[in-house]
Amino acid sequence: MKIVINGETCDVRAETLSELLEECGFSGRVATAVNENFVPSSLRIAHKLAEGDRVEVVAPMQGG
Amino acid sequence: MKTFYGTALSNPLMLGTAQYPSPAILEQAFRESGAGVATVSLRRESGAGQTFWNMIRELGVLILPNTAGCHTVKEAVTTAHMAREVFETRWIKLELIGHTDSLQPDVFQLVEAARILTEDGFQVFPYTTDDLIVGERLLEAGCEVLMPWGAPIGSGRGLNNEYALRAMRAEFSDIPLVVDAGIGLPSHAAHAMELGYDAVLLNTAVARAGDPVLMSKAMAQATLAGQLAHQADPIEARDMAEPSTPVVGKAFLS
Repeated sequence: MKIVINGETCDVRAETLSELLEECGFSGRVATAVNENFVPSSLRIAHKLAEGDRVEVVAPMQGG
Repeated sequence: MKTFYGTALSNPLMLGTAQYPSPAILEQAFRESGAGVATVSLRRESGAGQTFWNMIRELGVLILPNTAGCHTVKEAVTTAHMAREVFETRWIKLELIGHTDSLQPDVFQLVEAARILTEDGFQVFPYTTDDLIVGERLLEAGCEVLMPWGAPIGSGRGLNNEYALRAMRAEFSDIPLVVDAGIGLPSHAAHAMELGYDAVLLNTAVARAGDPVLMSKAMAQATLAGQLAHQADPIEARDMAEPSTPVVGKAFLS
């Protein structure tokens, strides 16, 4: 299934958001949004992905 | 002393974490200045996020995540939720940018986002203009802190409108106020504190200085000096001279 992760289209086997993070090697402290909606970490296991979903994975970064 | 949502700051300097020449210099700037709060952001994970997080945590300062770069209420609210989860804090520096060149806040969206986030349990630090009515609306929306700009972000121009900042201080006498953005020199930071502001938030002035660590110390000392000066009740400026040395008793020598 094709998913857009942080702006890049990827072909993935994952069916849920937590599987996607594992498949793409995201670990540690990240937050997620799917199709511009926040998905809390506790709901990632249950969050089923659909073809063309846009997933954002963000992490701590420098800021002013 | 005023508190920020119940938290007293050990040091009225809030320091940004962006644009330093290296992580080591960033760390040193925090240690040397004793800044009480670090602002941080969220960006797409590229591998560097976890190292940064570990370093920030070890600084032992309060973390204030921002919504920098957000242009819509929805974007800012979603970013705030992600920040709360990642940084484990209810504090959010709410930035809603309305103008590309000046990075002036879009105060209409700011008030709306502040209301939504307060209802969602956030403790909002709104980056706003020096407009009194916007300040009132933000307080009505649930904000307990206001952060008016001194000048546009990164401009280093200091306090562009001292009159407006004074008016805010007078109007919102019980509210913690922070001059956020525009500080370029320690004298600007001292000026804000002399007006009775409770803290200053700055980043570029330190991070882009030739010696960021030295500048962070200068900013910390100036901030403290300004705070003490305000507490000391400064004299009013006057137009004519007034001799400080007693006139009575001067020897007759001419």
